[in-house]
This record gives sequence, structure tokens and C-alpha cells, in this order.
Amino acid sequence: MSVQDLEKIFQDKIDADIRIEPKDWMPDAYRKTLVRQMSQHAHSEIVGMLPEANWITRAPTLRRKATLIAKVQDEAGHGLYLYAATETLGTGREELLDQLHTGKAKYSSIFNYPTLTWADMGAIGWLVDGAAIMNQVPLCRASYGPYARAMVRICKEESFHQRQGFEILLTLSKGSEAQRRMCQDAIDRWWWPSVMMFGPNDDASPHTAQSMQWKIKRFSNDELRQRFVDICAGQVKILGMTLPDPDLVWNEHRQHYDFGAINWDEFWSVIKGNGPCNKDRLEARVKAHEEGAWVREAALAHAEKMSRKRAS
Amino acid sequence: MSSSTPLLEYTLHLADDVLILGHRNSEWTGHGPILEQDIALSNIALDLIGQARNFYQYAAGLAGNDSGESIYPAGGGGVVTEDTLAFLRDGWDFRNSLLTEQTNGDWAKTILRQFFFSAFQVDLYEQLAVGRDTTLAAIGAKAYKEALYHLRWSSEWVIRLGDGTDESHQRMKKALEELWKFTGELYIPAPYERWAAEAEIGPDLSQLRVRWKERVKEVFDEAGLTYPVTEWMQTGGKEGRHTEQLGYVLAEMQFLQRAYPGCEW
Ligand SMILES: [Fe+2]
Ligand SMILES: [Fe+2]
Ligand SMILES: [Fe+2]
Repeated sequence: MSVQDLEKIFQDKIDADIRIEPKDWMPDAYRKTLVRQMSQHAHSEIVGMLPEANWITRAPTLRRKATLIAKVQDEAGHGLYLYAATETLGTGREELLDQLHTGKAKYSSIFNYPTLTWADMGAIGWLVDGAAIMNQVPLCRASYGPYARAMVRICKEESFHQRQGFEILLTLSKGSEAQRRMCQDAIDRWWWPSVMMFGPNDDASPHTAQSMQWKIKRFSNDELRQRFVDICAGQVKILGMTLPDPDLVWNEHRQHYDFGAINWDEFWSVIKGNGPCNKDRLEARVKAHEEGAWVREAALAHAEKMSRKRAS
Repeated sequence: MSSSTPLLEYTLHLADDVLILGHRNSEWTGHGPILEQDIALSNIALDLIGQARNFYQYAAGLAGNDSGESIYPAGGGGVVTEDTLAFLRDGWDFRNSLLTEQTNGDWAKTILRQFFFSAFQVDLYEQLAVGRDTTLAAIGAKAYKEALYHLRWSSEWVIRLGDGTDESHQRMKKALEELWKFTGELYIPAPYERWAAEAEIGPDLSQLRVRWKERVKEVFDEAGLTYPVTEWMQTGGKEGRHTEQLGYVLAEMQFLQRAYPGCEW
């Protein structure tokens, strides 16, 4: 069969919403795009553990401590599912981690912002997990089977995280003056970076059209961003707080909120490595990996000794 | 001001042990050597903190039952809760054993600390589960299964590291040197433990010690580690005399409750 025929069968399947599975033929570019997108997502889950792990030892109650550990542990699980799904495309975890550690692979820029107060645990859950859900729910119908299935499991847990985060903020919003201040401050710091999580505007987003055709993207960046803004603009009222955007206003004609201009200079600058925590986050990951090398070697050496023993 | 009772002190001791060890383990979350093991150790941290909550809730009830004002710190409305007990007592009121508060060190030290403790905890909880205090028995019965899993997981790692490579073996030896002196305290009964044994609520520690030694020897044999012949054991934690490590744990853990007293979180 010619490549053209294979490509036609492939695209027909996608158009008919039939899932592509690991053993199916797929264009190289599709495979490459998926590996890039999925591993970037996996890395984001793993790096994303750090800003929240930062508050585990300082969580204010035993219940909060337990839920925060469980949440960060969930994110590790998400990383695992996604690395496993990426492995079905022929790229192993070691190689992917190597790309992360050498700075070749990207992860979501949102995790390059610092967690400065307890309220950040709430704001991250509400806004960051919230934006992630908005991005990821459509991926539960992505054309690549292992990816879509991983996303179904992940999205269930992410929505739980989002509710927990909102509940943290709600508690603070009903608390003391200092707690309310903490709550507003966290929203002020996390709002714009969260809005940026949807990526560049559609006219500046080069991969979108192809990814849409392959059904590994279902909605454009701006569509998803608008949905996110609409939902948050409503929810922030329940908190009695405000979003830090003077231009945020309901547009009766569009039936959407209008919102202010995004600071794309900041966006690109953080992607290039100049965010407040880029260096710390990557260093923490590299350190964990390097200091874990002897542990992994020991586990391997022991396993080999055992299998030799069993063989003899 | 009413005084504490042995039952309350015993319950706090049980709670403090698992809170402090759980807290230490949770310092690894996000930084583990292997993703799967990061998850496994976080899971153990979660189990231990869950156990601590059960014990503290019971202790809070006991403290509240005291006639008059409790000697333990209360929160808003003068109520003693799991959180006032965990976040508002100072080090001299913490009754955890010294082993649990030791710093994480490397993976070898963390693993060995967990192994020593779990090898003690399985028998402790098994006995607690058949003891005369129904609440402690119920907590013990549930937590026993968790402890069994922790023991299996940590035993496997002690064996892996002891047997694995030269480096891992050396690191285990070093961890053993650092931690061994804190293992004796587990079996030297504090007054409230003696009371618990007499009241048939908790185990007779001298009997548990025999079983612990067997468990540790068995795993050490497989790991190629030598069971130390010891001598000097550090003590005091169970009666509020701690190593310098505990102060830092509390400073970090209690920060928010201390900086913003009387708040809901
Ligand atoms: Fe996640
Ligand atoms: Fe995610
Ligand atoms: Fe999440």
C-alpha cells in the first residue's frame, strides 16, 4: 500500500471518530506532535508537583495536609499515566526525562511562578487545575486511544482538585482580615498566568489547524480561554473577591465577558526561561533524578542478582 | 487546671509518633528517586497522618472530658481538637519516639527509619486491636493492615539496597550507624505505656522486642547487613526530651496556626 493510501485510511478513521491505536499506521508528523504534546503534559504534571509540595509541611490543619499530599500524589500519578501513554509511541520515559532535564522539552509555564502563601494552594486548585480541565476535557476525545483514555482518568481527578482549591479559597474568604487579604493576593498573582495557560492567540498559534484536523485538539486556544474567563468571572463573586482586570465586563451582545489585553511579553519571557522559578523547578527535578541514580542502580542490580539466582 | 491521664498521654504518644514520621516522609513528596516510589512513600505518609488524626481526635475527646480546664491548648471557643493538639503544643509535650523525628537523610536512611518503625508498629497495632480500649482497638485494627504493607514495602527496600550495589550497601551501613541508637527507645516503656500494658490496653513492650529482633534479623540476613551488637540507646522522646530535630519540624509545621491564631482553615 502506498503512503498516500495509508494516509487516507488514517484520516478517514479520524474523521469517523475511530481511535488510532499504537499498532496502527500513523504519519510521522502525527506521532511526533503527539510525543511532544503528551510528554510536555507529563512533564507539567511532574514539575507541577513542586509548587504545591512546597506547602505540604506547612499545611495549616491535618485535614489540609492530608488532602494536599493526596493531590500532589495524584499529579505524580497523572505523570505516570502520560509517560506510559507516550511510551506506546516508541519513546521511553528515560529519554523523555532526559529531554526535560536538559531543557529540550518544555512544561507548562504556570509552574514557574512561586507559591508564597497558603492561599496559593487554593488559587492553584481553582485556577490552574481549572484551566487544565478546560484544556483537557476535550482531549478525552482525542484521536489517539492511549492518550484519550489517560485523559479520562486524569480529568476526573483534576475536577476534584479544582473543587478542593475553590473550597480552600472559600474558607479563607470567610475568615479573618488577614486571610481575606491572603485570598485576594493569591488570585491577583495567579489570574493572568492562568489565562496564559491556553497559549498564544489563535492567529499566533501555528500548530492549531493541523492538530484540529488530527483531532488532538478540538477547540482553539481563544475559545477555551473565553470559556475559562466566563466561568471564573462568575465564581469569583461567590468568593467576594475580584479578578485583577479592570477591563473585565459582561458583553451582552457577545454573551461573553470581555477581558483586558494579555501581557504576551511576560508569557514569552517565562517560556524562554526568565520566570521567577524556572531555574529552581528544573534544578529540583534534576537533583531528585541525580540523587536517585544510585537507588535506581541498586534496584536494578538486586533484580539482576535475583533473576540469576532463580535461573541457577 | 486538670492534669493529664495516662490514657490521654498514651493516646497522644501513639498520635505523635505517626504524625511526626508521616510529616518527615511527606518531605519527600515531589522529590523521590523514582516516580513510583515517590507515590509509594507519599502513600505511607498519608496512612500515617490518617492514623494520627484518628488518635488525636480520640485524645481531643479525652482532653475535653477532663473536669475543668484542660492542660492542653484549645482553639476558638475553648475546644481541644486534633489540630490544637498537633499545632499548638510545644516540643516538650510531644511524646513521639526520637526515631520518628530524625532527618530524612538519603533514601537509605528514610527507608531504614520506616522499616525499624514499621517492624515495631505491626505488633503494636496487632496488640492494640485486641486491647480493652474499644476506640484504640478499632484504630489499631484498621491501621494494622496499613502497617503490614509499610513493613513489606520497607523490608523489600532494605533488602534491595543492602544487596544492590557497593554504594547502596555502604549507604545502608551508614544509615544503620545513624539510626540504631534510636531503636532501643521503642521498647523502653514510658510510665503511660507501663500503665497501658497493666490495663491491658496496649502491649507489653518487652515481649514485642523479641519479635522485632527476629523481624529485623530476618530482613538484615537477606540484605547482607549485620545486626549490630549494641549498647547505648538514646531515650527521652516519649517523655518530651527530644533531639534538636523536632524543634525544626514543629517550627515549620505549626507556622500558620501560630502566625494567625484562632482562624478556620
Ligand atoms: Fe494533574
Ligand atoms: Fe494536568
Ligand atoms: Fe491537578
